[in-house]
Amino acid sequence: MSSVIKIENLHYTYPGDEFESLKGVSLEIERGSFVAILGHNGSGKSTLAKHLNAILLPSEGSVKINGIDTCDEDSLLTIRSTVGMVFQNPDNQIVANVVEDDVAFAPENLGVPSAEIRERVDNALKAVDMYEFRLHAPHLLSGGQKQRVAIAGIIAMQPEVIVLDEPTAMLDPKGRREVIDTVTKLCREKGITIVLITHHMSECINADRVAVMSNGEIVADGTPQAVFSQVELMHSEGLAVPATTEIMWQLNKNGFALPLSALGIADCAKEIAKEIG
Amino acid sequence: MLKDITLGQYFPGDTIAHRLDPRTKLLLVIVYIVGLFNAVGWYSYAFVIAVTGMCMLVSKIRPAAAFKGLKPVIFIIVLTALLNIFYTDGTPVIEGWIITWEGIAKAVMMSVRIILLIVGTFLLTYTTSPIALTDGLELLLNPLKKIKVPVHEMSMMMSMALRFIPTLIEETDKIMSAQKARGADFETGNLMRRAKALLPILVPLFVSSFRRADELAIAMESRCYHGGEGRTRMKTLKMQGIDFAALLLGAAFLAIIFIMKRFGL
Repeated sequence: MSSVIKIENLHYTYPGDEFESLKGVSLEIERGSFVAILGHNGSGKSTLAKHLNAILLPSEGSVKINGIDTCDEDSLLTIRSTVGMVFQNPDNQIVANVVEDDVAFAPENLGVPSAEIRERVDNALKAVDMYEFRLHAPHLLSGGQKQRVAIAGIIAMQPEVIVLDEPTAMLDPKGRREVIDTVTKLCREKGITIVLITHHMSECINADRVAVMSNGEIVADGTPQAVFSQVELMHSEGLAVPATTEIMWQLNKNGFALPLSALGIADCAKEIAKEIG
Repeated sequence: MLKDITLGQYFPGDTIAHRLDPRTKLLLVIVYIVGLFNAVGWYSYAFVIAVTGMCMLVSKIRPAAAFKGLKPVIFIIVLTALLNIFYTDGTPVIEGWIITWEGIAKAVMMSVRIILLIVGTFLLTYTTSPIALTDGLELLLNPLKKIKVPVHEMSMMMSMALRFIPTLIEETDKIMSAQKARGADFETGNLMRRAKALLPILVPLFVSSFRRADELAIAMESRCYHGGEGRTRMKTLKMQGIDFAALLLGAAFLAIIFIMKRFGL
């Protein structure tokens, strides 16, 4: 079984709403991959995220985590400990007055023995480079640091998947980079599957796969290169493509023939140099 | 300006008093209060004062800090003293006066009792972090779970409230600045006006607290929170030698008080 999350024809309508927030989303996420889900506000990306650990249950269709349907109430804890979730506002997801106590929260809930919790907490804090802050008060940390503590709190649960719902929306550029670097490292080094929900293109460059959502549907899906080269589609969805792709696209409109697949600045420069000889 | 508020009044330190298990300290405070209310004569009062002083020495709390906590209750102390002075029957100080010797004695005793009560309980909060206190309380009240008292939920709510105090203070500061920037005036006018001026702060604070609570609940559920059942702790509280020694001293204190009471000292 290579896919850890399998979503089939997912429909969802919020109670009291007339329109559907998700209109038949199907998506399979491979184990160990880094998947970014892009979309502007109201595209349904956060609603989709909340289905991945059974905070919301499908109105129609199904979501399966490791083959377990999220509607199965008896498996709720298994599902939630398999798919960890990090939210936008770091202040509202930290529950304790001391960093290490907060990280210990999830394993405590799962009834892990004390000695093992200690070990998990230390490892989780080291994995996000926050070990030296373990005795600090969370409200005195910077936004990026708080968000890394929140990620450590999820890692201590030892999940297979971490879903991050716009984790950088409230952070400054430095904090944003800290969080994205941490997440990328966790995926590449520890093999944790990452689902990153965002509207920042630049955060998707490292992803294996990008899915673009609009009005409750997936409108594009593929490698970052393949998705970003559909510049017109991106613009019509109100999303900015990475600056490098934008330059290439503008140049192409003026008679050049550059490939839109180069995402890095170095690649981009090389391609332009080749084109102008 | 709001940042100056210190809540919980915990002074970190590494004295014996700080190292004691919070459960021990909670029990000792109860013992202390029972002892205080069973002190009848001047000798027992002197004894309680001596014990309180010793505890202060051990926990290295400066008397000035301990008595700072008395400020808000000075009014109550004065009022009780006055009432006792004027409304106690006995031999008048001067013939025809309403003030009696007994009244003065009672007024002094009552004031000392209230002061000791407050100083004694403050010693607990000065030497115990709020989180340790809630943990200790949860464990002490654990037997009540049998009669369906939601002990875990109560202590979870308490520690959550403590966790969010700094966050909410920060937010209040932000809202106040925002309202000031739009010309709100919190500093002038009479009491009514000032109270009214607080409304534009309280409403947004209230609304955002609800939003926070909602997000927090989802985040907690995402981390597998499902009540106190089957929950373990990373840091388990353990009673040690000094805890038993302290409890023994507490028992001795109580015994002495009761013996003194027996002899009317």
